[in-house]
Amino acid sequence: MSYRYDYEVITQWIAPGEKVLDLGCGDGSLLKHLAEVRQVRGYGVENDPDKLLACTRNGVNVIQMDMEKGLAGIEDGFFDHVIMSLSLQAMHNTQGILVEMLRVAREAVVSFPNFGYWRHRQSILNGRMPVSESLPHQWFNTPNVRFFTISDFDALCEMNGIAVRERLAFDEGKLILDEPNFLASVAVYRLGRGN
Amino acid sequence: MIQPQSVGVVAPQRAHFAEPLPLRSGGTLPEYELVYETYGELNADRSNAVLVCHALSGSHHVAGHYADDAKNVGWWDNVVGPGKPLDTRKFFVIGVNNLGGCHGSTGPMSINPATGQPWGADFPFVTVEDWVEAQARLADRLGIRRFAAVMGGSLGGMQALSWTLQYPERVANAVVIASAPKLTAQNIAFNEVARQAILSDPDFHGGHYYAHGVVPTRGLKLARMVGHITYLSDDAMGDKFGRSLRHGKAIYSYDVEFEIESYLRYQGDKFAGFFDANTYLLATKALDYFDPAFEHGGNLPAALSRATADFLVVSFSTDWRFSPARSREIVYALLHNQRNVSYAQIESDAGHDSFLLDEAQYHALLTAYFDRIKV
Repeated sequence: MSYRYDYEVITQWIAPGEKVLDLGCGDGSLLKHLAEVRQVRGYGVENDPDKLLACTRNGVNVIQMDMEKGLAGIEDGFFDHVIMSLSLQAMHNTQGILVEMLRVAREAVVSFPNFGYWRHRQSILNGRMPVSESLPHQWFNTPNVRFFTISDFDALCEMNGIAVRERLAFDEGKLILDEPNFLASVAVYRLGRGN
Repeated sequence: MIQPQSVGVVAPQRAHFAEPLPLRSGGTLPEYELVYETYGELNADRSNAVLVCHALSGSHHVAGHYADDAKNVGWWDNVVGPGKPLDTRKFFVIGVNNLGGCHGSTGPMSINPATGQPWGADFPFVTVEDWVEAQARLADRLGIRRFAAVMGGSLGGMQALSWTLQYPERVANAVVIASAPKLTAQNIAFNEVARQAILSDPDFHGGHYYAHGVVPTRGLKLARMVGHITYLSDDAMGDKFGRSLRHGKAIYSYDVEFEIESYLRYQGDKFAGFFDANTYLLATKALDYFDPAFEHGGNLPAALSRATADFLVVSFSTDWRFSPARSREIVYALLHNQRNVSYAQIESDAGHDSFLLDEAQYHALLTAYFDRIKV
């Protein structure tokens, strides 16, 4: 796993001892990190056998589940934070999972690659689909199924009554304050249930 | 890593317990024997013991083979041994034949001290909880305070789960495979058909068939045939047998025509040749009665709040006898209690039987889980 500077942001938003659910937890390295520095009670969700194995090797709790079908079985408001780090763009049921995340946790933390990043735009202008640090795959082998920008996601949150409590945007690890939809390659959101 | 090896030649041992064992059913076993096998070495801290609990038709013979019978290989030999998922270079593994069994532990075939005759149908009902009590006494005898893990598939998984509730402080890890927190009505129904097959066999003689020098093989065979149907998936049965006809065409007979008939009869005959009908009856009832949530008003999370072990729960995609949904009930109840739990649903086409088979992903997961257990 590479490209994980969103971990530091996520860690800042997690209080010690929280109950945390990490959707698409990969090899469990974020949960392992959070267990070490925040003593969280963490559970990962994965549906890929190799990643389940990797989590097991890392000593991380992992529950096999198809997130496209929601999080049935997990109680309302059970978790303090539910995290989806760089996985939302690889899911079909975008709206469904956001609803589920805010059902099972007080707050959701979501990070995703910004398709509107200027290098990505430049690539499209040059006639090719973008390949970058944040979108490392070719169009023909990418696991991503949803291509959206920071502005798109803001609009979706507004439409669905999801409160954006905090948003940080980065260009290859550097915090971007101005024009994030153009200048940032990755965004990290802290979301809550809207009023 | 080494190439997986067999534990080699093994020999069963016996332990006699003179202290009466009170049973859930209200009865008491005045004294009893347990037959067991061990593999690997108990370490100096006595912290590396793993108890393997057997399912309906299993036994204490988990791994290896006997000196005088090389073909009699343990039922989980692909899991237990040097370089295998439950590595006997690291762990001291114990297999026990449960009470009421027919492989050497005290059961219906044993002599009832009160009558001098085989217990037969008078052998008291034994439950999963009773088995755990008996296993705990064996652990005491072997000087094992706390198991590194208790592990089992199907009915064996129920014992592993029950261990974490009856003796939470004595189980560091529970590995619960292809199991359930209780049987469904459908599952009890299959067991009842199996029991009726035995009970209605004229050779059953109310369970005292030993005295008549007969065995209710027809009933036991039928019971096993029903069971076997439920242990396989529709797809696996279709792939293996399809509609294959022994004679290539219909011959309009009740003899074996379809290959699946041949398979079921063979499995039934084989089983009826060595298994005891009374044990089968008792074990199916133990399955039916198991329901740790019952005394918590059906609230499984409340029932599992006692458990402190770390859990690995595993199910198989085509297992409809103990479906993945049943394993998930255990997982979510543990999650509710904030216990350490991991859950995997293994893709397999072999149905409930998958837990006994070599499946790379399944065995890799077990290996990874046991690797991280500190002893």
